[in-house]
Amino acid sequence: MSDDKYWDDARGDVDIASTRALSRRSVLQLAGAVTASTTIPEAFANTTPAAAPTPAAAIAAKVSFSVNGVRHSLELDPRQSLLDVMRERLELTGTKKGCNQGACGACTILVNGKRIVSCLTLAAMHSGAEITTIEGLASNGDLHPVQEAFIKHEGFQCGYCTPGQIISAVGCIAEGHAGSAEEIQFWMSGNICRCGAYPGICAAVADAAGRN
Amino acid sequence: MIPFTITQAPSTHEAIQAAAAGGRYIAGGTTLIDLMREEVERPDRLIDINALPLKHIRAEGPDLIIGALARMSEVAVHPDTRRLHPVIGEALIEGASPQLRNMASMGGNLLQRVRCPYFRMLDAPCNKRIPGSGCSAIDGLNIGHAILGTSDQCAATHPSDVAVALVALEATMRVQGPQGERTFPVEELYRLPGDTPHLEHTLLPGELIVEIRVPGLSYSRRARYLKVRDRASYEFALIAAAAVIDLDGGVIREARLAVGGAGTRPWRLRAVEQALKGKRLERATLEAAARTAVEGARPLSGNQYKVELLPRTIVRALELAGEIA
Repeated sequence: MSDDKYWDDARGDVDIASTRALSRRSVLQLAGAVTASTTIPEAFANTTPAAAPTPAAAIAAKVSFSVNGVRHSLELDPRQSLLDVMRERLELTGTKKGCNQGACGACTILVNGKRIVSCLTLAAMHSGAEITTIEGLASNGDLHPVQEAFIKHEGFQCGYCTPGQIISAVGCIAEGHAGSAEEIQFWMSGNICRCGAYPGICAAVADAAGRN
Repeated sequence: MIPFTITQAPSTHEAIQAAAAGGRYIAGGTTLIDLMREEVERPDRLIDINALPLKHIRAEGPDLIIGALARMSEVAVHPDTRRLHPVIGEALIEGASPQLRNMASMGGNLLQRVRCPYFRMLDAPCNKRIPGSGCSAIDGLNIGHAILGTSDQCAATHPSDVAVALVALEATMRVQGPQGERTFPVEELYRLPGDTPHLEHTLLPGELIVEIRVPGLSYSRRARYLKVRDRASYEFALIAAAAVIDLDGGVIREARLAVGGAGTRPWRLRAVEQALKGKRLERATLEAAARTAVEGARPLSGNQYKVELLPRTIVRALELAGEIA
């Protein structure tokens, strides 16, 4: 059985065999891939034939966009999501991969000022875009007011959904959808928190909206 | 994901040419990319149409014009939507999540694929995915499935909310293709599954949705979209109803009614509309009219509740519309 199926999305176009020293993340990815390949039952694996992409099959697409004010011109595999390019290519790992199917909101980023889930869009579709990730919110070492509010109100527990929650909250407040607790709950519903830190999240969004 | 190429279409004409040669349009991508990752969709050429000048939202006299590439969130809050057809905005806001509404285009929303779990489960039979392979939902998990317009081959509902409002409002769509341009009701975009559930819509190969026109309606402000679901937001409808009524001193002069979550396509209820004509807006009268909505309903093992929920949702949507001053 090929490991490609389980590696494809996670590794982006990072060359695992490159001479660059393996980072902690790369080691974790390798470990994860090995685990996956030994624990997925063969019968299940056979039903989704891995379309083992070979380097020859990957057709490059060119894209140029700005992330947190820095311009990037990239040549990439058209299959790469904007999320994978942020994490694997630009090493902006603050943006998290949760469900990878648009349901959890952990990968929320701002594209041209609007919050989107970066897992359900191809990087190749964003030439000319102005992108903001969690790494781009603080300025001159000062946290963004929404970041401060999340700390103050303990709007997290494990923290995995937090970058997506915070970016989504920035979008929510900018849209004018943080006027009441009910409104915040409705307009933040695209971000799931498995720890259930919702009371803190709502309080943080309300507080940050008030300070605006 | 299997390998593919992606090209940016510089003009509508070039986009259509590329699609006629076998390419697939991509706009927001929220359905297509998800299904490509699961290898349910396997296009080898994508045509990125996001640069095409189809993002307009405007009034033309009493009509609301919506470009196919306008995003759900933009249409929902646009002053012309709110003024001419507020129920469209309401239906849009009840769909998906804020992030997805910022991404998804109106044309893509209408063409989104079904959410039947078996459709995206490659190891389960699904007539929509592989014609003739069988339907896993008929005797499987079918709590969310349709009770109207089903066949033995497929009972998946169409998941769009805004399509329900558009069908109630008799919206039309303009499409362009290799053979030219045509305009037809949004309702006619959708096929019944019958023996060919893999054929979902009536677009011809290469045709591109260009624009949606919602004709003006004197009573369109007295309209509500009521969506009943398992959680209060970011969830597909169990049953949803778009109700538009023309009231004259407590008597219904005209009504428009379409429902979601009930049929295999956005479902207009003309018999109920007729039954409401000239009747007082009172609970018992509405209940009697709404009951006709489920005549001929074919519930499955897990969705009998919809036979009750559908008329009740209709009644409540009509009452809510009647409460609008």
